[in-house]
Amino acid sequence: MRRHVELRNHSVELHKFRFRLAISAGFVLVLFLILYVRFYYLQVSQQEHYHTLAEANRISISPLVPNRGLIYDRNGRVLAQNYSAYTLEVVPSKIPDLESTLNELATIIEITATDRQRFKKLLKESKRFKSLPIRSRLTDVEIATFAANRYRFPGIEIRARVLRQYPEKEIVSHIIGYISRINDQDLEQLERNEELNNYRGSQHIGKIGIEQSYEKQLHGVTGFEEVETDAAGRSIRVLSRTPSIPGNNLILSLDLGLQEAAEKAFGDRRGALVALDPNNGEVLAFVSKPGYDNNLFIGGIDQENWNLLNNSIDRPLNNRALRGVYPPGSTFKPFMALAALELGKRTPEYSMSDPGYFSLPGVERRYRDWKPGGHGRVDLHKSLVVSCDTYYYSLANDLGIDNIHSFIGQFGLGKKTGIDVEGEVSGLLPSSAWKMSQYKQKWYAGDTISVAIGQGYNLTTPLQLAFATMVIANNGKAYVPRLVKQIQNSDTGDVEDIPEKLLYSLNLKPRNLEVVKSALVDVTRPGGTAAKAGANAAYTFAGKTGTSQVIGIKQGERYNEKSINERHRDHAMFIAYAPADNPKIALAVLVENTGTGGSTAAPIARQVFDYYLLGKLPEATVAKLNELAEEHVHDHL
Amino acid sequence: MIEIRKIWHYFTRYMDSFLLIGILTLMAVGLIVLYSATGANMSRVSNQIINMLVALVIMWLVANIPLQQIMRLAVPMYILGLVLLIGVSLFGEINNGARRWLNIGVTRIQPSELMKIAIPLMMAWYFDKHEITLRLKDYLGATVLLMLPVLLILRQPDLGTALLIAASGFYVLFLAGLSWRIIAGLVVTVSASLPVFWSMMHDYQRRRIMTLLDPSQDPLGAGYHTIQSSIAIGSGGIVGKGWQNGTQAQLDFLPEQSTDFIFAVFSEEFGLIGNTILLFLYLVVIARCMVITANASTQFTRLIAGSITLTFFTYIFVNMGMVSGILPIVGVPLPLISYGGTSMVTMLLGFGILMSIQTHPKLVKT
Repeated sequence: MRRHVELRNHSVELHKFRFRLAISAGFVLVLFLILYVRFYYLQVSQQEHYHTLAEANRISISPLVPNRGLIYDRNGRVLAQNYSAYTLEVVPSKIPDLESTLNELATIIEITATDRQRFKKLLKESKRFKSLPIRSRLTDVEIATFAANRYRFPGIEIRARVLRQYPEKEIVSHIIGYISRINDQDLEQLERNEELNNYRGSQHIGKIGIEQSYEKQLHGVTGFEEVETDAAGRSIRVLSRTPSIPGNNLILSLDLGLQEAAEKAFGDRRGALVALDPNNGEVLAFVSKPGYDNNLFIGGIDQENWNLLNNSIDRPLNNRALRGVYPPGSTFKPFMALAALELGKRTPEYSMSDPGYFSLPGVERRYRDWKPGGHGRVDLHKSLVVSCDTYYYSLANDLGIDNIHSFIGQFGLGKKTGIDVEGEVSGLLPSSAWKMSQYKQKWYAGDTISVAIGQGYNLTTPLQLAFATMVIANNGKAYVPRLVKQIQNSDTGDVEDIPEKLLYSLNLKPRNLEVVKSALVDVTRPGGTAAKAGANAAYTFAGKTGTSQVIGIKQGERYNEKSINERHRDHAMFIAYAPADNPKIALAVLVENTGTGGSTAAPIARQVFDYYLLGKLPEATVAKLNELAEEHVHDHL
Repeated sequence: MIEIRKIWHYFTRYMDSFLLIGILTLMAVGLIVLYSATGANMSRVSNQIINMLVALVIMWLVANIPLQQIMRLAVPMYILGLVLLIGVSLFGEINNGARRWLNIGVTRIQPSELMKIAIPLMMAWYFDKHEITLRLKDYLGATVLLMLPVLLILRQPDLGTALLIAASGFYVLFLAGLSWRIIAGLVVTVSASLPVFWSMMHDYQRRRIMTLLDPSQDPLGAGYHTIQSSIAIGSGGIVGKGWQNGTQAQLDFLPEQSTDFIFAVFSEEFGLIGNTILLFLYLVVIARCMVITANASTQFTRLIAGSITLTFFTYIFVNMGMVSGILPIVGVPLPLISYGGTSMVTMLLGFGILMSIQTHPKLVKT
């Protein structure tokens, strides 16, 4: 009985449901009809009206691009600034025959071949509705000439633009980097970060260096202006306006004077120098030689200049200080010495006899010292002062690679320092685990020997070496290196300090530090490998020379500088800090293909210290140091 | 040969080919418009293709699940959705002034999207349980189930989604046989409570409604979008300005032209003829869905299919209505055409359910 009721219920339900569904279908049709009527109204009845509106779209919202923040050095000297200029801009979609129009334009305003090349490149990369610059920095005469002939050139307009300029060019190019035109990848990135709206109207974005890493600070907030325009798209009046907020100014820890002194000390040589304040990690100088004129990139670089920079054998676009990796050479030894003392593998008093080579037990191969015949009896102090290799060969064998890796890793070698600019590379401080995962090979005792003197698999950046030197100089405090010291709100003028960041503090025994540091001071005194650079200094300074091998030398051969290609010659390295008893500056210098650290790298450090600690560069010192640098003595590492 | 046929059969046995062809055609139209709307940005288009493929795979998977299994998911999905919505109101990320996203470590999710499927499922399940009795109090219970998430989403605030979810729930109530007197009563109550809603609304929501009544009142503020999209549609005329030739779209007069306002781009470039074809395509898909609904065998499947069909229609109507200036601007994408992965997945999940209803053996009550 019950079953029967349910069944009947069911068919009634189904019937009811289908009725409701039919009503829904009617509802759908009616609403679609309403839409259709609306479309008909808009597209047929009112088509003419809307067509006119679209043709002369009267109200346009135009973005107000904020002024980009400025960049200063620590003393307020300008590193990146803005200037207003009139540019001649072309909207390709509005011009039927671009080529002939440009030819005609060239008859009244000078357009160079470079301008054309650059414009062609832009044209390929941009949408045809965008306004593209063909000439910038128009003179008053040019503006007047064009204005008089404007009717002949629909689609070409003069616009006032704020442009970027880098007054120091090569000297700080590797720090500041540059802005350039926003490309598709930038757009995608902006979209992902939901920042696209803020870049309506912006033409440039930071591509590299500080300009890239601090893009968010520098860019500012875009404003909007609602403008009524006439049929030709020219604005008649402003209806409303939300002003833009300019980007923040950056004040770097960099000392431009010091940077210039370092640049000068390098002369035409290639290399890098990083100087840090050991008390807080501030970057005082950051040199990568050669630099390049970063102004070339702002409006889009032309092919000719690009080829020149990109194909140059000197690789000026390569930021050697941040991204160049080099074997640290003997600058690795102070860290080895500290490892020996801290891990109890050597005492300061222990000494050994150096016959000029080292052999692993039961192996015939000889690992030679740089000095034929050896250094005689060598203790830890002497091993650093004369840069004895044999001492470290035998020490390395006692320490083992994994102790070396974990102890010296604490000084930041082989890892990114975390500096506030993008693109840093990590280099390599080898370990047995690394070799296994990289080459599927076990670590051999012989591998450790070359690591001991900073060769072999060892690879560090000049920045890392400066960082490690800072950690020794300040007795174990690892501050994150930073280029930006303060951020200034360009609206209110308020300056916000960026606090120093202590990464960690190493717990090193003061006595061990003292032994190593006193040896480093003696490196710069008579008898030391950097004695010439240290001569007559008005302060004590501590350092360590090094030589970074570019090519391997076969067993039984000797390195002969004159006989090999200049680009295959060794790199000179030097790490140092001063004054030795209360360090105010710690640095690492690399000079490519010039041989030994004592003769070319150390004199550069000396000039940088003189400038920083004494305030000026004495003429006599310059002459004398240059003379020293000229001498090509290959008598020490 | 036989092997290939077997494999083909295996992959297509739970597909409704009629519906599938309709969906794929609309997707193809979507890609063509998107290419133009993004200014020939291939990376956007290829992203969208990936979105579509992912959504199609999900649709296929869902279509392969018999409805009895899906029915079991109704309650857990609803509860999960509700918990996530509460999570959003407590810990959600604020974006453009609204709290809609929840960061769950790996990715961000928008729980209101889940609710678009969970609500019809839950309510259909509920009515299926109470099929025999079905008194007034059952309708009341269903209303409570519906209003909980709707209120939470309203608070985010996301008026558009809240209304759409409320609509999808109302469709279940309506199809389940809610008496006409109550519907009439509801209409009266809603109209009476409009002033209350008005006072609860956010400024921007009020502005949108005011603007709808008279866009010229505020041509630069909220009315700007409506005016610009009406100009786009109107200036398209009968035959349209041609693909990639819409000045409104290409000169950036249109807001959100690859997502919510993509229909304006389509309409400007393809004109009334294009609109006619597009409406027809949608109508074909809706008609097929209605046929599936009418043939569904159980209370649960009927209600869920009906609600999905009508919600799909509602999306189309609301989106086209707002773009052509007869409805206020609420953030509703044009189904299968607007750029975006989430709504694509939600839509195709719904179609997957419909296909499952159509293609799995029907259990007829005896």
